[in-house]
Amino acid sequence: MISLTINEKDIRMPEGATVLEAAQALEIEVPTLCHDPQLKPYGGCRLCIVEIKDFPRPVTACTTPATDGMEVTTESDRLYRLRRTIVELLLSDHPNDCMVCARAGDCTLQELAYFYKLRENRFIGERRHYDMTDKNPFIKREMEKCILCGKCVRVCDEIQGVNAIDIAYRGFNAKVCPPYEKDLDCEFCGQCIVVCPTGALSGVIWGGQGRQMDVKLTDTVCPYCGCGCNITLHSVRDKVIRVTSPKDSINQGWLCVKGRFGYEFINQKDRLQTPLIRRRKGGKLEPATWDEALNLVMSRFEKIKKEHGPDALAGLASARCTNEENYAFQKFFRAVIGTNNVDHCARY
Amino acid sequence: MSKEILIHVCMDTGGIAAGSLDVVDAFNAEFAKTDIPARIEKRCSLHKVGCRGFCARDVLVDITIKGEKTTYQYIKPDMVPRLVEEHIIGDTPVEEWMVDETYDDFYKLQKKVVLANNGKIDPENIDEYLDVGGYASITKALKEMTATEVIETVKASGLRGRGGAGFPTGLKWELCVKNKENPKYIICNADEGDPGAFMDRSVIEGNPHSLIEGMSIGAYAISSNVGYVYIRAEYPLAVERLAKALDQAREHGFLGKGIHGSDFDFEIKVKLGAGAFVCGEETALIASIEGERGMPRAKPPYPADKGLWGKPTIINNVETWANLPPIIKNGAEWYAAIGSENSKGTKVFALTGKIRNTGLIEVPMGIPLRDIIFDIGGGIEGGGLLKAVQTGGPSGGCIPQEHIDMRVDYDNLAKVGSMMGSGGMVVLDESDCMVNITRFFLEFTQAESCGKCTPCRIGTKRLLEILTRITEGEGKKGDIELLLDLANDVKDTSLCGLGMSAPNPVLSTIRYFRHEYEAHINHKRCPAKVCRKLLTFFVREDLCTGCGMCVRACPAGAVSGKKKKPHRIDTSACIKCGACYDVCKFKAVLKE
Repeated sequence: MISLTINEKDIRMPEGATVLEAAQALEIEVPTLCHDPQLKPYGGCRLCIVEIKDFPRPVTACTTPATDGMEVTTESDRLYRLRRTIVELLLSDHPNDCMVCARAGDCTLQELAYFYKLRENRFIGERRHYDMTDKNPFIKREMEKCILCGKCVRVCDEIQGVNAIDIAYRGFNAKVCPPYEKDLDCEFCGQCIVVCPTGALSGVIWGGQGRQMDVKLTDTVCPYCGCGCNITLHSVRDKVIRVTSPKDSINQGWLCVKGRFGYEFINQKDRLQTPLIRRRKGGKLEPATWDEALNLVMSRFEKIKKEHGPDALAGLASARCTNEENYAFQKFFRAVIGTNNVDHCARY
Repeated sequence: MSKEILIHVCMDTGGIAAGSLDVVDAFNAEFAKTDIPARIEKRCSLHKVGCRGFCARDVLVDITIKGEKTTYQYIKPDMVPRLVEEHIIGDTPVEEWMVDETYDDFYKLQKKVVLANNGKIDPENIDEYLDVGGYASITKALKEMTATEVIETVKASGLRGRGGAGFPTGLKWELCVKNKENPKYIICNADEGDPGAFMDRSVIEGNPHSLIEGMSIGAYAISSNVGYVYIRAEYPLAVERLAKALDQAREHGFLGKGIHGSDFDFEIKVKLGAGAFVCGEETALIASIEGERGMPRAKPPYPADKGLWGKPTIINNVETWANLPPIIKNGAEWYAAIGSENSKGTKVFALTGKIRNTGLIEVPMGIPLRDIIFDIGGGIEGGGLLKAVQTGGPSGGCIPQEHIDMRVDYDNLAKVGSMMGSGGMVVLDESDCMVNITRFFLEFTQAESCGKCTPCRIGTKRLLEILTRITEGEGKKGDIELLLDLANDVKDTSLCGLGMSAPNPVLSTIRYFRHEYEAHINHKRCPAKVCRKLLTFFVREDLCTGCGMCVRACPAGAVSGKKKKPHRIDTSACIKCGACYDVCKFKAVLKE
């Protein structure tokens, strides 16, 4: 363990911890844009600069390893001025169209602008203009709003292992894009959207559906597979408009394309809501109650078993069920039906 | 070199640009003539040598007969037959083509340590390096010294990194050795990217073996078995000569398993840079070698702790490595006796700009700037007045004329707001506009920023925009203060050396030449008459012959006049391109 002081408060941290982690352990707020505890430190946005005794210049808290006896200051007039300049520079190359931006109210940059009271901008100048729209069906990329924090690039590399995007070009023209600036063609997990601190990345199907006001949050479990990722449904007037996942869940907030974007079936008009039974041979499928349907299945199972023996039946379980459900399913086939003809779609 | 007649032709990039390949061909063609070989063939040898520094007088040719050396300047291929006929065969030097006494003035105050053998040996021939005592230092280190003794020697010599920041080399090595992790790596930074700098290039082109030997010494000192040379692909001749030198060193057992007959293994790999200035920054360079996008990362940890592939790594630049063989050979005391109190040894500078003797110079640290400019450099080209000396490239600053007597070393340069940098030295005279020069450097740094950190990516762009608007006559009250505020904030918050030093030209020119900024902003006037949008072009009627050249040159149709009568420029139509000014042979077009 090492001990250091931050704003004259003592803290003991394990070896290898960063100054930022130490500050957070003391619940000292240090602004960041490019930092994410689940990603490697980057030190790009420069907002988390702090002053450390005997260091010649301010350093970023997120990248600097804490050492024994360090004396850190996170707030001073100078740091306030430097951080304000950084946010001002970012805003000088930003569309500033918060009124129509999907992320308004949920945007770190907007929050910082508010905190530093940035209404005027001393550095108004050239802005980046990108005409091309990415035509992929899932992820809306508005690169003029990108602040080059590099989180999307890192999450794609470090968490998802896909490396679908990277930074291309230099300096002011630096830009996050897929190879050769083609349309994004990845697995569309949308992890990049989760980490984006501005409105640069959002879901295509989220557009115009509602921002943060009047959104009802419902915690549930993703129905798509047995992983059981925790998800939160965002709904407005009984309509699901977005799916997110909490960071402190078993899936640490990461989802796949189905879990994140495959929710529209919920609101489909032709979605089945009751079982259907064909009551006459050659007749139409008609709505039925669950009791009626289950009774029918039970009677058919019994008949087949009686006439042809239990091995005439076979069960194929689904990967969308949980482990417990699949366990009950095979038990049912082996113990109740009496056959070993049971299998699972994930085997194929 | 047992031949009695030796011919040395300068064959570095400068020499080749001046036509030295044709000069060599001319010599060979002359020797191929039927009657000549019989008379001289056995006694004569032709050598291609690297840069000796005096690029302004290329092609330089030395002809040495029985130890008597004669140097010729500005040699063209058609002059070769007479040289052969009169000097080589006739033994009578061609006096009118020989260098004058000012040639020696260029060298008088120089002290050659790194460049000692540049211009004397053929860089493509290892035997010539061996003849001048090459590879004796690494043999000495391996046979007579322990690794710790080598580090102690380098520490005692006072050698500081020649790449810019001037960190003590021996100390860096010692920190690296203290880290017990293995393997360790050695890197040579040959990604010299400053505009107007060609020091490292000349060392590799002129004496590549000195670099290999220096790196071998460093490798032995920190127990590294693999070294990398990161060299920019824009230096094709240096890359080619380095590759040849590496092959020759391998053949001689100076690289590979058990070098110089010891049990120490060392191999050098070459990695070509893809043209990014920022890759000269050590962490970006390491990222580039690893195959990543060349972007710097925050320090600490420093490369000496976590460098290439996360292992302890020593990065030094070409000149630093090339200093090591002489230090080991002559000892720390010898080296520490050269230079000033905190800056030991010599420094190579690329002397360019408005100076008579453009070229590559090596001077002892602490030499007065005046000596460099007026003795070695021969004063201002065209007889103008010295305004400032820009050092350290785009990361450096301008030293105004009033500091001409300062002694040039790391600390003094920092004191006046500039820096050593890698050693570019651009001389500016009264016809240079300081605002425009600053704008030029910011144009460079903002384009070369990698884009990783906010202050460098957007801050340098905004600095450039403000400077551009000042030079275009759209400067506003408060722009100087805005520049100062932003420059200081970018300096304080940028991630790497590029962003930290990019505002230096702004800060140093405002410090010394604030009046020029004020003239641009308040009076919409460019004192040096450089910023075209601030100039008015007109014709002096008494000088104008009415030749009509300006009429034809003007793209806006703003010049009119009858043939052989004085012409006029319509200022409302003039777009201030300066074409009339450039084309007028009678200096009748004036700008104000």
